[in-house]
Amino acid sequence: MTTTEAPVAAEKLDAVLATGPRPPRASAVTTSLAFGWRALLRIRHVPEQLFDVTLFPVISVLLFTYLFGGAIAGSTSEYLQFVLPGILVQTVVMITMYTGIALNTDIEKGVFDRIRTLPIWRPSALVGALLGDAVRYTLASVFVVTLGLVLGYRPDGGLVGVVAGVAVLMAFSFAFSWIWTWVGLLARSAQSVMGISMMVLFPLAFLSPVFVDPSTMPDWLQTFVEINPISHAVYAVRGLMSGDSVGDEIMWTFIASAIIMAIFAPLTMRAYSRRR
Amino acid sequence: MTGIAIETHELVKQFGDKRAVDGIDLVVPEGGVYGFLGPNGAGKTTTIQILATLMRPDGGTASVFGHDVVREADEVRSMVSLTGQYSSVDEDLTGRENLQLLGRVLGYSRADARTRCDDLLEAFGLTDAATKQVKRYSGGMRRRLDIAASIVVTPRLLFLDEPTTGLDPRSRKQVWDIVRALTARGTTVLLTTQYLDEADQLAERIAVIDTGRIIAEGTSSALKSSVGSGALHVHLIDPGDRPRAIDILTRAFGDEVFPGSDPADVTGRVDDRSKVPAALATLAADGVELAGFSYGQPTLDEVFLALTGHTAEETLEAGDSTQNDPEGAVA
Repeated sequence: MTTTEAPVAAEKLDAVLATGPRPPRASAVTTSLAFGWRALLRIRHVPEQLFDVTLFPVISVLLFTYLFGGAIAGSTSEYLQFVLPGILVQTVVMITMYTGIALNTDIEKGVFDRIRTLPIWRPSALVGALLGDAVRYTLASVFVVTLGLVLGYRPDGGLVGVVAGVAVLMAFSFAFSWIWTWVGLLARSAQSVMGISMMVLFPLAFLSPVFVDPSTMPDWLQTFVEINPISHAVYAVRGLMSGDSVGDEIMWTFIASAIIMAIFAPLTMRAYSRRR
Repeated sequence: MTGIAIETHELVKQFGDKRAVDGIDLVVPEGGVYGFLGPNGAGKTTTIQILATLMRPDGGTASVFGHDVVREADEVRSMVSLTGQYSSVDEDLTGRENLQLLGRVLGYSRADARTRCDDLLEAFGLTDAATKQVKRYSGGMRRRLDIAASIVVTPRLLFLDEPTTGLDPRSRKQVWDIVRALTARGTTVLLTTQYLDEADQLAERIAVIDTGRIIAEGTSSALKSSVGSGALHVHLIDPGDRPRAIDILTRAFGDEVFPGSDPADVTGRVDDRSKVPAALATLAADGVELAGFSYGQPTLDEVFLALTGHTAEETLEAGDSTQNDPEGAVA
C-alpha cells in the first residue's frame, strides 16, 4: 500500500492557509443542490441501500397479485390493473421513512455538527437530502411500473397518465418526508426512527384503498380511509394512470401535502436548531 | 492590538438536574492557542458546542468576536469552524468528495472548489487517499481530513475538541504541527484536551475545567507552578511495600504523596527536583525494591489533585452519566 501515511507538507499547508478572501455566500439553491449531490454520492458508494427500494415492491406486487388477486377481483390480471398504482404509492410512501433514518445516522456520526456550524441557509442540508431521496423515489417508481408492465399491467392513461401519476406521487412524498425528518431529529437511534415510522406507516398504508375497495369495509373504517391522506394519493395516482378524471383527488392530495408540510417543516426546523 | 476572540459571562447549560456548564466566565484573546484542560465530562465539549452555535445556553451570555452566539449565530458561524471529538466527515464518501462538498456549500465555484480541495489534500498529505472512502482511512488520516474540512475556508477561530485523543504519537505530532501552522497564520484556536503536556506544548493560556466550572486559569507555567514542578512515580515490585514507600517519600517531599490506581504505584509531588535522587536512595537503603520509576511533568491527575483535592477519574464517574449523553434531555 502506498496510500497510508504521507507527511503533512509544511509549505503547502502554509499556502492553503494564506488563501485570499472568503468566497461569497452560496445561495440556498446551490447549497441544497450540493447536499442533494451528497445523497447521490451516498447511493453510489452504498448501493445496498437500494435493496429496500427494489425488494419491497417486488414482494408486494407478487404476493398481492397472485395470492389475493383471484379471491379479491376474480382474476389476477384484473386485480393487477387495480392494485399496481396502489402498490406504487405504498412503496414510495414506505421508503420516505429512510429519510429520517439517514438523518439520524448523520447525527450519530457527527457529520451533522459540522453541517450545523456552516454559515448557510439552514434548511439546505435537509432539502438536499430530500432532493436526493426524490431520485430514490423515481427509481422505485420506474421499477414498480416496469415490473407491472412485465406482469401484464396496461395503464389506460398511457405514458402521460403514468408520468403525471408519478409526478403527483413525488410531490406528495416530498411533503410526507418532512414527518420523518422531524422524527429523525428527535429519536435516539436509527432503530427507533424505524420503529416509529413503521408504527405510523403500516396502518396508514394498509387502511387505504391500496388493496381493496373501501365500500366493503365497515362504516367507521371507511371514515378513517377517507381521512387518510394516503388514500387521496392512491385515488389520484390510480385515476391518472387509468386515464380517469380525478381532479378532486389531485387537489386533495396537494392540500394534504401542503398541510403536512405546514406542520412538519417548521417542527423539523425547530428541532434542527434546538438539537441538543 | 489584540482583540478578544471569545467572551463568556456566567455561562450555564443544564441537562436534567445536572449542570454540565455551571457559570463559566471566560476571556480568550485573539491569536494563538487557548487550552481547555479537563477530564471527560468536565463540560469542555458542552462549552465548545455553545460557542460554535450548536447548543443554546440556559443562562449567561457568550460572544465570539463581539457577536452573540444566540442572537447573531449566523455571523458567528461565518467566522468559526468546529472539528468535533467524533469524526465530522461523511465516512461513506471519499476524502475528495467531502472537501468538495464543503467547498461548494461555502461558496466556491465548482472549479475553485476542486482546486481548493486538491491543495488541501496535498497540504495534509492525503493526495494518495483522495479517492478512498473515509471509512478506510487510519485514525491519523481521518483526523487530518477532519481538520482540513475545518479550513476549507480559513476560519478566524477554530474549535478543536480533543484533536489527538486516540492517536498514535506520530499522528499526534502532525496535528500539533498543523495547529502551529494555523496560529502562525493568525487563526485563533480553542483546543480542548485531557493531556497537560498537549496544552503545555501548544497553548499560551490554559483554563482548567472541572464539573462545569473553571477552577484555574493562566499561562501554562503559572499553572504548573501551582502544582509543583514535577512528580515522581515509582512502581514497586511488591505492592506490600506501598505503605513504607509512601512513608519514605512523604518524609522526602512533604504531604503531597498519594497511592496510584495500580496497587504497586506511588506518586509524589516534587517542588525541588534535587531531592529526587536522595529519595530514591532512601527507598533502596530501606529495601523497597522498584520495578521502575519516572520523574516528569505533573499529569492531569496531579493537576487535578492539587487544584481540587480529587482525581480526574472521580470527576469522570460523578459526571459521566449525563455528560456523555448530552441528548439525554430529548425523548
